[in-house]
Parts: sequence; structure tokens; C-alpha cells
Amino acid sequence: MDDSVILRAENIRKVYPGTVALKGVDFNVYKGKVNVLVGENGAGKSTLMKILSGVETPTSGRFFLGEEELNHLTPKSAAEKGIGIIYQELNLFPNMSVAENIFTNREIMKNPGWIDHKTQEEKTKVLLKRLEQDIDPKEMVRNLKVGQQQVVEIAKALAEDVNILIMDEPTSALSKAEVDVLFKIIDELKTAGVSIIYISHRLEELIQIGDYITVLRDGSLITEKPMEEVNLQWIVSSMVGGDSGKIFHSGDRNIGEILLEVKNLGLRGATEEPLLKDVSFSVRKGEVLGIYGLLGAGRSETLETIMGLHEDAAGEILLDGEPLGPPHIRTRIRKGIALVPEDRQREGLVQTMSVSHNLTLAGLWRIVKKKFHINRENESGSVEKMFKGMSIKASTPFVSITSLSGGNQQKVVFGKSLLTNPKVLLLDEPTRGVDVGAKGEIFNIMNDLARDGLAIVLVTSELKEIMAICDRVIILSKGNVTGEFDKDSMTEEALVNASAVGHMTTSQRMKGRVS
Amino acid sequence: MSSLTKRDISVGMVLLQLRTVIALVLLTAVFTVLVQSSRGINFLHPLNLITISKHVAITGIMAIGMTFVIITGGIDLSVGSIVGLVGMIAGGLIHEGLVLNIFGITIYFHVWVIILICLVLGVLMGGVNGLLITRLNVAPFIGTLGMMYIARGFANIRSGGATFPNLQGKAELGNQGFPILGAGKIIGIPLSIWLMILLLLVTLYVSRKTPLGRHIYAIGGNKRAAELSGVQVKSITTIVYMFSGFCSALVGLIIASQLVAAHPATGESYEMNAIAAAVLGGTSLAGGIGTVGGTIIGAFVIGVLSDGLVMLGVSEFWQNVIKGLVILAAVILDQTQQSMNARSTEAKDKKSQKESAA
Repeated sequence: MDDSVILRAENIRKVYPGTVALKGVDFNVYKGKVNVLVGENGAGKSTLMKILSGVETPTSGRFFLGEEELNHLTPKSAAEKGIGIIYQELNLFPNMSVAENIFTNREIMKNPGWIDHKTQEEKTKVLLKRLEQDIDPKEMVRNLKVGQQQVVEIAKALAEDVNILIMDEPTSALSKAEVDVLFKIIDELKTAGVSIIYISHRLEELIQIGDYITVLRDGSLITEKPMEEVNLQWIVSSMVGGDSGKIFHSGDRNIGEILLEVKNLGLRGATEEPLLKDVSFSVRKGEVLGIYGLLGAGRSETLETIMGLHEDAAGEILLDGEPLGPPHIRTRIRKGIALVPEDRQREGLVQTMSVSHNLTLAGLWRIVKKKFHINRENESGSVEKMFKGMSIKASTPFVSITSLSGGNQQKVVFGKSLLTNPKVLLLDEPTRGVDVGAKGEIFNIMNDLARDGLAIVLVTSELKEIMAICDRVIILSKGNVTGEFDKDSMTEEALVNASAVGHMTTSQRMKGRVS
Repeated sequence: MSSLTKRDISVGMVLLQLRTVIALVLLTAVFTVLVQSSRGINFLHPLNLITISKHVAITGIMAIGMTFVIITGGIDLSVGSIVGLVGMIAGGLIHEGLVLNIFGITIYFHVWVIILICLVLGVLMGGVNGLLITRLNVAPFIGTLGMMYIARGFANIRSGGATFPNLQGKAELGNQGFPILGAGKIIGIPLSIWLMILLLLVTLYVSRKTPLGRHIYAIGGNKRAAELSGVQVKSITTIVYMFSGFCSALVGLIIASQLVAAHPATGESYEMNAIAAAVLGGTSLAGGIGTVGGTIIGAFVIGVLSDGLVMLGVSEFWQNVIKGLVILAAVILDQTQQSMNARSTEAKDKKSQKESAA
């Protein structure tokens, strides 16, 4: 092996309240290569990266950049050493513009004390162009969709002259086209001698882009190998530590009558272009309907409108043939609609509450006596059922929700929706940032629920998930339904083509039709 | 060795978690010694403890309302002014009656009707706070600041700045009995203390055992997630401010009744005492965290501190300095507790590692 190690971590330990995240991990970063780090949720990947970028201090252990030992690393000093990071959870200031975010803490100054906004915005424009993204540098980050924010994170890291770039789940919110652009940029960076640390749960991606692979499990190092020596099965089995056959499988379902019918949904956004123009579809009992589309296609907005979040939405929603009535979340939950939102930190969890209280939050009305008294046995019974059913890993239900790993937090959000006893389950990217093991569990649960007669609407960016579990899929593009495929007609190619409809120029569309 | 360290840490943790209780016990002990030696008075005499509790009830009742407001992530600066205004309304209704110029008559209400009117008024003012915050998106600090000025202004307008004295009422008008709220006792303990205990029990139940309580905590922890879980964020936030208004109105009535007079400046800066009691009791201004039990202990810390310092003859100016230091110490300890939690986990981890190695 003639590749040189640029960054070396030795015996890193990290302890948090309630959990031990890392139990003495060694990690090598090879110069000018893509160093892939994989592991299930809670394996310690994100923690290790936070330590390398100076955000967290390790409880013990040492690390070296070349021959130099790094001590007391802070985010600022790590940046000065050329270590950049793109976080899994977005770390942007929503109240500042794209350009201001990108130049935070290294503002370009005119005279002392004055920020040169013009230069910053020009440089930002160049960066975003390189990422093939049409985002205004002056736009407030809060007005961007999650995927666009992810792009800003990437641009922010690129803006620094990095030697080592850590990417923690950079593609989890990106569409396929955006991932391709990212991979092109990664290749450019490699050629320029930048070492990449790449974390992702999308295993196909890792094989495609990685040079070295390091596997973590439960806070310990399992193995490190060059990528050419391994294949998908090997990665999966070393991550989960053994059996991996049952990732996802969709069983036979009995699809019944129409349960949810959505007619002509429309929704205006902050911009001139409406978020939803005309969305109609229906879901049957026991059916899993996939909604696929690029960023900004209106997928999340469709689910939110069904949930009753948008008071100004147009259109009609029928449940069991009955109109759902005015948009009112509580009423709709009680009528049997439940949503697992896209962003679990911002929309799914109450961080100050325990696991148990988070689980029962949406379904409290089902476990109260005389309408106001929370019955302890009912509550702990529901919580226990979800702990078993979802195999949530927590020492007790009373620990803080923040002490759980991402995948387990997601299971809690999922469990919270199930405890409302829904008829229709709306899932917005339920496997985002979730490891293979938890993903498999979530899909098994979805299968069981569909078999029990629930109607499931699944929004996901992962084609393989759609292919694996959905009975039918509709494609959204720029607020319109641009395609519908059943199990037999869905191919990855057809889905991708339909999702690009509103995005192509007319000539491209003509070409597409001719060929 | 490791088990010893672990025990040290867990003992330290328990001490930290009970810090407000410990502070209260320590303060009481210190004042008992100092007051006895310098003044020859028994600080722990039941009568003195009742006097202190009577003072605590004023802060405590307001602080219970404030605690829920802070748990939702808000703040209520109007409580002191509501105390003043409610006192003036009650005083005016007893002293002058309700003058209806159109009919040329004056109505004197029964005392219980007056009390009811005042409590409803407090709830309404809290309701206005809530509507400002939830429907018009005014920041809680600003909305209740506005209400603070408005209520104080009306308190002065009601009498032109004068005091309504002699609120005993008159037999021929049938409005006697107002002083009972301040002077009445059940088994030797003043009504105001009973009211505080009653409110404490009710709010303890609501906060721990009802969906309403759970929802209040959820709103403060993550408003958006609460909303998506079907929590009626706007209504519940409004209810919380209405309850704070209710508590303040109750305090306004108690004070006016105790003094048998209503003065428009009553309750000035009381909002700060209420906030201080809540924070001392472990309520987080970031929202989502806090208990009414803690708040009452916090109110007792402030009460024992003030009364003890008064009995020692410490000047009011120094009392303020000491109160400020105690609040700062409480917040700094709060930070310490968090890092202690982390260390305790590590100790547990090391121990389990050794066990698994053995």
C-alpha cells in the first residue's frame, strides 16, 4: 500500500451523558482518496467526525495530521489546518443569507470592521455555479428547501481551502442528478489532492465513489480495507455483524377499496411559482403508494397539505369517501391520518422530553381517562408496545430523547405516529440518515402495517426503496403529477425521466420523445 | 477506587439536583443562628415561619403562573401591573361602587361578586397577552411589556393615583367581608398560604397527569413538533397566559385585602420576583423544562432570604445585591450539573468495561 496517511486517529474514546459513543477507535485517512466510513446508526461515525473537526473534544485518544500531533482542536483551528466538514444535521444560520453563511467566521473584509458583501456574493455565485445550482447568494437560508441547504453546506466547505473534507451523509437530501454533480466535484477534489472522508448509508454510492472503507460497529473499529477488496454483501455483513439477508422484501398484500382520495391540491408558496399546482391521486387500503420527485417537486408539501398544515391550500381530500373538513391537524390525526415528517430534529422530536413522552405525545387522547387524566398503565403499556414493536434501543423509556442515536430517534417518531392508530400513514423520507439495519426494520413494519389494511404514502428520494416496497408510484415535478407506474411498469429509468419533466427545456423534452 | 469515585460523583449529583432544597435548608440554618445571636429571636418559631410563608405566598402564586409561561418558552412581564390594577378595581368597587351615570345609580356588589369580577379581569388580561402572542405574532417579551404599561396606567387612572382606603365595606351596603381573604385563617394558617398550597396541588396534577400539562412542556421543547403532533399550540399558549393573569389577579386581591387598601403602585417589579423564583427552582428560560414544585422552593429561598436579611437589619440595597448573587449562583450550578451528568456516564462506562474485562 503506497498511499500515504495524512490524518491518523489513535484510540479515540468519547463519552456522552447516557451513552459511550466511541470505545477506542483507530482511523486512517489516506491522502487524495475517498475514505469511506460506514456503520449502523449509533456506531459512532458522526461523533468521530465531530472530533476530527474540533467540534467535540475526545474523552481520551490522540490524533496526528502528518507527523504533527493535534491537541485542543477547535472548529476554527481545524479549519486553519484544512479540515472541513459537511454535517449530517444541517448547521446553517437560517436568518442569514447564503453568502453570509458560506463566509461565516472568515468574512471577507473591506476596510477593517466592514464586511465586503459584494465580493462574498460574487464568490458564492461562482461556487454555486460549480455545484450547478441556481440559488441566489442573497437568499435567506430559511427560505431554502432542505436539499438546497445541503448544497449550501457543500459550497461552504468548498469555499475553504480544505486538505481534508468530511462529508457526513451529504447525499441524504439530494436527488440523483444532484448526487451526480456532487460525485463529479469529489473527483475534481481528489485530483487536486484533497482527502475525503465520506459517510453514507447509501451503500451503492460508497462502492462507486470510495477508495478505502472503514467499518464501525457499536463505537468500535471493525475493519479497514481498500474498496476493491470488498463488495456490498461484505459491507452489510460487517456493519450489522452477521446476518444481512433480510434487508427489505415486500410480501403479498391484499389491496382493498380506496381509502384516501386527493383531488386537485393546490398550494401557493412565497414565490410566484405555486408549490403545488394540481395534484390528484388516491390510495387504497393495504397499499403502499410511493411519491417520487426531485427537490422542490412538492412532495413534502403534498403530505403536509393532507395533514392539514397549510390553511390556504386548495383542493379536496376525502377519507373513506368523506371530506376531511377544514385543515386542522388535531382533527385529522383523530380521523386517522398520521405523518412522519422529513426533518426529525425540527419537526419530529421534542428534545427536552423523554423517549416515553415523545412516543405518546400525538396519541395522548387515546390513553386518557375521563378526557383529562393520563393513565399510567395505559401510557407505559403503549410505550412498551412500541419499544418491542420498533425495537427501540434505549436503556429505559425515561431517558432523554437526545441520548438516542439518529436511527432510534427516527423509530420514536415513527412509533409516535403509530400510537395515534392511523388509517393513513404519510411517511416523508422515513429512512433518511438511517442505517441498513434500522431501514430494514422500518420496511418490515411498513409491510406489516399495509398487510393490516393501512394505506401508506411514502415519499423517498431512493429509487431502490420505491422499487422494493411500493405497489404503485406517482411522480411529482414542479407541483404536478407527471407520471404514474404500477409494480410492473416501474423502472428506475422511467421514474427518473418522469421526475425531470417540468425541469427540461422544450427542446430536451422533444428529444426525449423522439428517442 | 473506581467505585469510590463513582459514589463521590453520584453523591455530588444528588446534592446538585437538590441544590435549591439544600440552599433553602442552609439559608434557614444560617438565619436561625444569626437571628438568635444578634436579635435574640427564634427564627424557627411557628409564627415567624407563618409570616415568611405569607410573604412567600405572594411571590409563589404569581410564580406558579409564571412557571407555565416560561415552560412554553415565553415570559410574562405584566403580572406585577395586573396585581396593581386588580387591587384598584376591587378597591374601587368596594369604596365607590359601580357608578352608572346614565341611570343615576351606584351599584355596590357583594364581595364574592367583586372577587369573581377581578379574577375574570385577570384572566381576560392574560387572554389579551395570549392573543397578542399567538394570533398577532408579537414576541412574548414585547406583548406583555405593553400590557405591563397599560395595566399600570389604568391602575393610576382609576383613582387619579390615589389610594382607596378602608376596604372593610359597609353593613348598609352589604359589601362587607373583603378583608377575610387577607386576614382569614384556617387552623391558624392564613388563607393566602392555603391558596398557594391548593394552586400548587392542582398545577402539580395538571402538569404531570394531564394532556394539557404534557402539551405545555411539548410546546416549549419544540413548538413545530408539538404542532405536527396535533397539539393546539395557539389555544394552549393562550390558556397559559390566562392562567398567569388569574394568578396575578388572585395576588392583587390578597394584597388589597391584607392591607385593607388599594394603592395603584402595588406589585411594581413583582414580575421579577416571580421570574427569579421560577429560575431558582430550575425552570429553563429556553422553554420545555421546569416544575411548579421547584418554583415554590425557589420562592421560599427568596422569601427566607429577604425576611432573614430584614430581621438581621441588612439594608434593602444590600438585600438586592445578595438576591442577585443567589440567582447567578443557581444558574451557574445548573451548568455544572450538566457536565457532572457527562462525567457520571463515563464513570459508569469505565466500570462496565472493567467488569466485562474481568
